[in-house]
Amino acid sequence: MVSWEASFIYLSEKQKTMKGSGLSPGIATGKALIIRRKEPVSAVRYLENEEQKSDEIKSFDLAVEAAVNEIRKIIEVCGSNFRPDDISILETQTEFIADSQLRNDVADCISKDNMTAVSAVRKVTGEMAKTFGEMNDEYLRARVTDIQDAGNRIVRYLLRGEEYTVPVKNRDTILVAEDITPTEALTLDSKLICGILTAEGGRTSHAAIIARSRGIPAVGGCGPEIMSIPDNETVIIDGTSGEVLINPSSKTIKEYEKRKKDFDSNAEMLRQLRDKPAITKDGTAVALYGNISSFKEIENLTECGGEGVGLLRTELFFMTSEDFPAEEEQFEFYLQAAIAAGKKPVIIRTLDIGGDKQLPYFSFPAESNPFLGYRAIRISLDRQELFLTQVMAILRASMYGNLKIMLPMISGINELREAKEIINIAKSRLAASGKRFRENIETGIMLEIPSAAMMTGLLAREADFFSIGTNDLCQYTMAVDRMNSKVAGLYDHFNPGFLRLVATAVEQAHQHGKPVGMCGEMASDPLAVPLLIGMGLREFSMPAASIPVVKQIINSCSAGSCEKMWKKVMRMDKQEDIRLFLKNEMK
Amino acid sequence: MIKADYVIIDPLGMHARPATALLKLSRNYKSVVTIQKAGKSVPVKSMINILGLAVKAGDTVTIITEGEDEQAAALAMEHFFTVEMKNF
Repeated sequence: MVSWEASFIYLSEKQKTMKGSGLSPGIATGKALIIRRKEPVSAVRYLENEEQKSDEIKSFDLAVEAAVNEIRKIIEVCGSNFRPDDISILETQTEFIADSQLRNDVADCISKDNMTAVSAVRKVTGEMAKTFGEMNDEYLRARVTDIQDAGNRIVRYLLRGEEYTVPVKNRDTILVAEDITPTEALTLDSKLICGILTAEGGRTSHAAIIARSRGIPAVGGCGPEIMSIPDNETVIIDGTSGEVLINPSSKTIKEYEKRKKDFDSNAEMLRQLRDKPAITKDGTAVALYGNISSFKEIENLTECGGEGVGLLRTELFFMTSEDFPAEEEQFEFYLQAAIAAGKKPVIIRTLDIGGDKQLPYFSFPAESNPFLGYRAIRISLDRQELFLTQVMAILRASMYGNLKIMLPMISGINELREAKEIINIAKSRLAASGKRFRENIETGIMLEIPSAAMMTGLLAREADFFSIGTNDLCQYTMAVDRMNSKVAGLYDHFNPGFLRLVATAVEQAHQHGKPVGMCGEMASDPLAVPLLIGMGLREFSMPAASIPVVKQIINSCSAGSCEKMWKKVMRMDKQEDIRLFLKNEMK
Repeated sequence: MIKADYVIIDPLGMHARPATALLKLSRNYKSVVTIQKAGKSVPVKSMINILGLAVKAGDTVTIITEGEDEQAAALAMEHFFTVEMKNF
């Protein structure tokens, strides 16, 4: 007993953990292979006459040419196995090698300081790497490896050295290195390598990009200590959390095996779903968008398969500012969203404050019914300068992407007309000051007040698109405050009256040829999705994490049977029956 | 000499891939192309110099083209910064 305990303590002492940053998600367990790069060595000497100098410059030019040709050859020979992104990484590397500034500086060192080409390349690339290493930008700091790689390649040719290849022989190898150069990373055999662990490197290093594109888990930024891991030691890396376990106990190995399984099956599901369109079995295409509060969420939204932003709320941005953000500040925010989304649409909802959302720097008058009072578009039309500033910023940013304006809390045609009038004023102000903007930006409205939903057809003459906000629409239709637990039970989007209101809005919008989507919670309720398809809804917007689930539901149902389902539901008079019916249909 | 301002629309800024494309493009013209940010200006000839400007998303750069084919070069630059930059 005692000896067992002693050995257990011994083992657990041996297990060591380190923390780096996750570069490429996933879990890998394997044997460490430490890559220690041998720097080509050369004796330091100085040049004595002009002839030697011009010879050195000539050999530098030849070495550059040879190094560039080598990369061209890699592209030519292995090109068909590479992704387009990988090839452009290699092409970029040729620009570093044949860089004109590098050549000027090297030639200067040779002719003015009497240095050999090798010493000159080392000195110049060392200084350039140092400058980039001190830059205040992760991406640019990561370019240090590119510059060093370029320098090493030139030096190798100057010394007629051998190209260094990574000697991987066994399966389940975890590569451990200071850093991985772009050309090394591209020639790695991903059948043998299950993980990459580096002392340096950030998320934008080539090693990280290539690891992510190949699905190899990677952890970077662990510090030089990892170079003292013995060869063949068992190592676990978690590319999501950045955790590294060296010589783990068998219990830990088992635990991570399970985590790896869970991660892999979830990632596989997401991967398979991400690039698949949301389409019913009988061929009806459905668009799935995301609800977000910041441009920072767009990357994750795309990962989850979002086809655009169905709702960019601007409240959070305003709530976290010190004061009403100025036009420039807002422009920057919307510009980032336009840029991050690329060609995908981004629907920006203008400021929706009031109700339960307050701004620290704006005092709202005391009201007995804030949800029925001074909020959203009502504030925008009252404080027109605030609205103008927001619209001008959106209009300017719309030059850089597919932005649309959406107005919250519209109850009738007058508010829509007034808001559009202000948008026109914003356009003429921008034109007068010579600022560029998109003339034909689409302007749509939220359907979240019952009167507006009922008159969707009338509003459709002047609105470019609609988005049904079920959270507010539901509480206004049933006159229930869902924050009040005594009455919250009445709040149910399967209320037959509410369902009819939604169906009316969808039908009227389509009759007028105007797109209509839904951005409330109902859009991601698995029970509601088939019913909404049955009503004719074809655009859903929801939190990014819900997209894969909703996509699976859409892919497994047919629009025809959804329509029949909706017809049956139309005959039911209470929400409980409808829920039960839908639950049975889902089975 | 033709001067024009562009806002950088790539989320990573002027990173290595667009810089590579810009270098390739400018080699098609005899004109000297210069890129300028916040008073610092470098010729579009060296990857290291372009990256060294640390041009970020949302930054404004000034592109100056000068030479016998500056009209054509300026047009190509306009296309590059307003259209092609979206595709990196």
